[in-house]
Amino acid sequence: MDNIFKGFAEFKMDVLKEVGNIGAGNAATALSRLLDKPIDMAVPKVQMLPFGEIAENVGGAENLVLAVFFRVEGEAPGNLFFILTPDAAKKLLHRLAAIEISEGDTFSEMEWSAISEIGNILAGSYLSSLADFTKLSMSPTVPAVAMDMAGAILSYGLLQFGQMGNDALLIDTTFIEGKHEVEGQFFLIPDPESFDKIFSALGVPFDND
Amino acid sequence: MIEEQPIVKVGMAEMGTGRSHGLIRTTGLGSCVGLTLFDSETKLAGMVHVMLPSSEIAKEGSLNIAKYADTAVPALYKELLNMGASAKRLVAKMAGGSQMFDFAGSGDTMRIGPRNVESCKVCLNELGIPLIAEDTGGSYGRTIELDCQTGILFIRSVQMGIKEL
Repeated sequence: MDNIFKGFAEFKMDVLKEVGNIGAGNAATALSRLLDKPIDMAVPKVQMLPFGEIAENVGGAENLVLAVFFRVEGEAPGNLFFILTPDAAKKLLHRLAAIEISEGDTFSEMEWSAISEIGNILAGSYLSSLADFTKLSMSPTVPAVAMDMAGAILSYGLLQFGQMGNDALLIDTTFIEGKHEVEGQFFLIPDPESFDKIFSALGVPFDND
Repeated sequence: MIEEQPIVKVGMAEMGTGRSHGLIRTTGLGSCVGLTLFDSETKLAGMVHVMLPSSEIAKEGSLNIAKYADTAVPALYKELLNMGASAKRLVAKMAGGSQMFDFAGSGDTMRIGPRNVESCKVCLNELGIPLIAEDTGGSYGRTIELDCQTGILFIRSVQMGIKEL
């Protein structure tokens, strides 16, 4: 069996979309409170993708992105990324942090720290809403921040899938601040063994399709 | 007339080869390792994009040999020998194996980059292939290109610009 998800029925994909919806929805609400601005959210995309194509969702493997990465621990482990363009990150810092923001694509120690804290708040609300919804424990590790090629960063989220096959399942949610000034993405990549737990927690029947 | 150089693209957990002209490229190496072999006489060149150190942990049904260091390095070696390369002339270069994220109390998964590098070195050693250059470790991503004519490995990163090995 090359691909354990080939048999995922359409409704299972819908369940995972709902998972993304609830998680990112709560994170968007948290961000909206922080910014005191309405935040729009795109319909989540749930895709089973070959490793090489995952970075296409953030502009290609060589595209420069800023990412806050969390390992999700608990009953349904996985990897969670909060991804921004460097430009969007600067704008977010301008609005939120009462610190001097530097120009250009470089970030000070203080700015890194503020970005990881913002990521932490958003990831916390993403995961706590999922945990409430599924009654499964899920908690983020301490955030780690990096700014680099998207391919290099996202490959960290694929290691668990790497042992199983050549594709990974990605729950991708984009949110946009009203005037498109700040746009960010949440990528949740549950570990392969977490899917059964999520489905059974949500009452989706087991089957061997 | 300048001939457009053909480019062989090697994706994550893939292998690619070339002969005498063109480039072999892999993009966005993080913890993964891009390992190249080159025979300067026959101009045979190959690259693997290794993702994990050992196939022992594999849970997949049909093993993707290009994914694991312990299967990918011997496979690339055999492939180049089949194409006509000489075992005595093959030399290796590699890049990648970085640690993109710095976690306090990093577990084994987070140390995957250095482990990939170590595993590749063990495999090269077993096959008796000299490693003549490497640009590994650090905490940044790399894109690499192997010139099949010269065997020069170009390494591009966001912070360090372009480097030649």
